[in-house]
Amino acid sequence: MIEFHLDGRSGVAPYMQLIHQVRHALRLGLLREGDQLPTVKDVAAGLAINPNTVLKAYRELEYEGLAAARPGIGTFVTGTLDGGSLAAHGPLRADLRRWMAKARRAGLDDESIEALFLSTFRSASEENIA
Amino acid sequence: MTAVIETEGLGKRYRKLWALADCTLSIPAGHVVGLVGPNGAGKTTLLSLATGMLAPTTGTIRVLGGRPAAGPAQLARVGYLAQEAPVYAGLSVADHLRLGAHLNPGWDAALARRRIDQLDLDPGRRAGKLSGGQSAQLALTLALGKRPELLILDEPVASLDPLARREFLQDLMETVAEQQVSVVLSSHLISDLERVCDYVIVLVDSRVRVAGPADELLAAHHLLSGPRRDMATLPDGLEVISASHTDRQSTLLVRSGGPVLDPAWAVSEVGLEDLVLAYMKQAAGRGHRQRHLEVQK
Repeated sequence: MIEFHLDGRSGVAPYMQLIHQVRHALRLGLLREGDQLPTVKDVAAGLAINPNTVLKAYRELEYEGLAAARPGIGTFVTGTLDGGSLAAHGPLRADLRRWMAKARRAGLDDESIEALFLSTFRSASEENIA
Repeated sequence: MTAVIETEGLGKRYRKLWALADCTLSIPAGHVVGLVGPNGAGKTTLLSLATGMLAPTTGTIRVLGGRPAAGPAQLARVGYLAQEAPVYAGLSVADHLRLGAHLNPGWDAALARRRIDQLDLDPGRRAGKLSGGQSAQLALTLALGKRPELLILDEPVASLDPLARREFLQDLMETVAEQQVSVVLSSHLISDLERVCDYVIVLVDSRVRVAGPADELLAAHHLLSGPRRDMATLPDGLEVISASHTDRQSTLLVRSGGPVLDPAWAVSEVGLEDLVLAYMKQAAGRGHRQRHLEVQK
């Protein structure tokens, strides 16, 4: 069982934070198929959040095929996200490290590197959508 | 489903002062509604009208389809927790539960006892000796014990310390998850809103500025920033809620039916807190302008 937490200052909607945490746990193998997610009541009471927010997050996970509700029992993980891509992480990480070293040599500090990465990432994603 | 609170042209005037004016709302059931606004905006007036403790000057209000406080049946359906969560200082915790049982036909004694146990309140202790958080929890227990369909809470956590506030809201959310109860709570603390409320009403200067399901409101509002720009050149369909400018840059919070496509703007999502603040600021700005005009006359 995982435990959720909320960052009130992140600006990310609470239901999205819950979804991110489930997806993150799935990526890292902390959650596996068949695991039960915390009940709506427990999450609502634990975090002092609206139960509808939890329901919304769980519905979204169901829609993505990552979870399924069993009426009267709870919501269970039905999918995985490591998708066999875990093996590819190593080489990709090495590429990124090389790129970061290059950026440092060019005089970029941490914040500049992060800003450059994020803005490139965003514009590339937008191009994909368009 | 019937609306939990439905008002039309609702207003309340004290002598010359309108505490609430021209209020038309339809709040669907099954929500936790946050009624937000600065002190003196009219929040307590609206809640007092909903509980039937005040009679409207203009317009109509229906609560769960009935007239507020129309009779015992209507009273039993609505739980109300007044500001500062009043309890009887001289009575013990157990006395409060007995009182609740005698005064409420649908009293759920098991639920009330379970809550007192969970809260670790000594039944023999006098309410006047409880901490702020404990007496708020006792008052909430009384309101929940009558098993209302609608729970109205006026500034329930304003006077509590952060820990007691969190515990109170945790209990409230657990109750909402367990029971079919709609909640309307007023607050001038908007930081808890995003967690707790899924429907928001912003009330400023006795008027409703915006109301709706939180996710719909968030989807319809955007934060734009870009090169400084004359507001007159904005495309139609964008309603500017708040704007600030430097000599180079403009930052706007806008309401728009669709996505904002102009590439000159960097568009980002708005949090509930920013959204509420923008409406409060907008209303305050209008107030200043009006006052200014009066001075000029």
